[in-house]
Amino acid sequence: MSATTAAGRRSTLPGFGLTMGLTLAWLSLIVLIPLAGLFLKTFELSLEQFWTIITSRRTLNALKTSFGLALLAAVVNLVMGMVIVWTLVRYRFPGRRVFDAIVDIPFALPTAVAGVALTSLFAQKGWLGAPLAELGIKVAFTPVGIFVAMVFIGIPFVVRTVQPVLIDLDVEIEEAAASLGAGRWNIVYRVILPSLIPAMLTGFALAFARAVGEYGSVIFIAGNLPNISEIAPLLIVIRLSEFRYADATAIAVVMLLASFAIIFIINRLQRWAQTRAPAS
Amino acid sequence: MAIEVQNIVKKFGAFAALDGVDLKVADGELVALLGPSGSGKTTLLRIIAGLDWPDSGSVKFDGEDALSRGAGERHVGFVFQHYALFRHMTVFENVAFGLRVQPRAIRKDEATIRARVKELLDLVQLDWLATRYPSQLSGGQRQRIALARALAIEPRILLLDEPFGALDAKVRKELRKWLRSLHEEIHVTSIFVTHDQEEALEVANRVVVMDKGKIEQIGTPGDVYDNPATAFVHSFIGESIMLPVDVRDGRVELDGRALDIDPGDVASGASKLFVRRHDMQVGPAGSGTLQGTVKHVRSFGPIQRADIALAAQHGDTLVEIDAPRDNPLSPGDVIGLKPRRFRIFAAEA
Repeated sequence: MSATTAAGRRSTLPGFGLTMGLTLAWLSLIVLIPLAGLFLKTFELSLEQFWTIITSRRTLNALKTSFGLALLAAVVNLVMGMVIVWTLVRYRFPGRRVFDAIVDIPFALPTAVAGVALTSLFAQKGWLGAPLAELGIKVAFTPVGIFVAMVFIGIPFVVRTVQPVLIDLDVEIEEAAASLGAGRWNIVYRVILPSLIPAMLTGFALAFARAVGEYGSVIFIAGNLPNISEIAPLLIVIRLSEFRYADATAIAVVMLLASFAIIFIINRLQRWAQTRAPAS
Repeated sequence: MAIEVQNIVKKFGAFAALDGVDLKVADGELVALLGPSGSGKTTLLRIIAGLDWPDSGSVKFDGEDALSRGAGERHVGFVFQHYALFRHMTVFENVAFGLRVQPRAIRKDEATIRARVKELLDLVQLDWLATRYPSQLSGGQRQRIALARALAIEPRILLLDEPFGALDAKVRKELRKWLRSLHEEIHVTSIFVTHDQEEALEVANRVVVMDKGKIEQIGTPGDVYDNPATAFVHSFIGESIMLPVDVRDGRVELDGRALDIDPGDVASGASKLFVRRHDMQVGPAGSGTLQGTVKHVRSFGPIQRADIALAAQHGDTLVEIDAPRDNPLSPGDVIGLKPRRFRIFAAEA
């Protein structure tokens, strides 16, 4: 094992060769090779076939449902997650630790269980579904239901990424701002939020990615009507059960590229937020 | 602006951080709050700034109640030990912060703000760093920017909490001098907290010595050094030799042997005799009131510092003295010692 870096100089941190090799091997095995298989399978289709599949009304609607609702759910999770983080970090109240633990439930609960629970809750005769139905709002078996499930599974991501950063945020910074005459709003807007933005973007990206890929909880509550409440992952499963593997992989490739593009953009935003001061 | 603090009590649980503190600071003064950690000096500073509130007592600025106003309404500039700069803002924006968050009605226009920030950066001699971020600055530079930021709001009072505590010795010395001359230039009423006596004595007009939530002495640097009011002040400020003595019927006894010194009006009982290291006069064996053997000598500059084992009943007591170099001491010499100046305080029960 050589303790040299790529530049050929002696390094104080040996093991670069070994760890880099393991990283590459592991990522290839777990991530890159299966994804390459996905692309390879898609190449069985001609460009024309591929195009027909991904531009079919049903595929487009499914993608629109998945990405649109996932984005919406991530936005809601970002806003509500910030409120929860603030409450958990900044205030001391009885039961704080219990609330803190509750945040993790969507992480641990089997998604199918979550789906069934949400469905029975929001079904027309459910505890929440019945009063909502009287107001003329249908949740279960509509896109609203998909949105609810996506919010449910995404909430821990924002809370858990922002929480440590807020805890580490020095109180002195806020005191300095206060003694300089900044009101509460200015302190939050000019001092606290800019420090949290990178973590907020990460939480947002994670919640979004999770919601796009979510399958288990959504299919129970969605109703799965083609073109209305059918998510892209479900459409892939349907195509697989019809033995139309190439169709399935074509949709998967589009999802993959779109997800990658969105997460890449969020990553760039994060970089930008970290290195550059927001305009005054 | 004059500050008047009256009978401040502040408790954290059962611990009294401040236990009945009174302090008056005149307009334009530069005052040091000096004390060991846990003496309550930072708590007092934070209460004056409006970052903490006392359990009881009053704080007045020019006779007006300050406690009813929040930190932002007191026009107090506060400088933190660890700078507390806004990491995501440039140096320029850090300094401009206080001007930008002013209520719209009195907020200055962009050109005025720019001119003012420029002026402040010139004042702290760091105008060339305007576009940098705090992480790109050295500790001393950060603290000067923090000071410029605090001055931006034209504070009526400047409060500094261990401003040089996180800096290395050389930078600390430079900034000390610089703070002193800055104060002469802008003359804003200033209080700074420090546990470094040299810093307090060198920079401040007046020094407030605190211990265990109480003020032990308030006086000029010369006062607190030459005329310490309590045993604590004597041992905390300057290097002292402390000998446990008994005062009995107007006599001072060490180990049952009478010393040829006058106890003044100290009451009878167990007491402490304090002598500055350089106030021990060295004479030949048999002279003076104390006898001892030289154990070790270090010579530097104008003095020689010697460890002397004082002959006593129960083993030797080792004391450190500073003597002029004209009469060289060497280990093994038996000498007589006489305190030129000394203070006796009753030992605390």
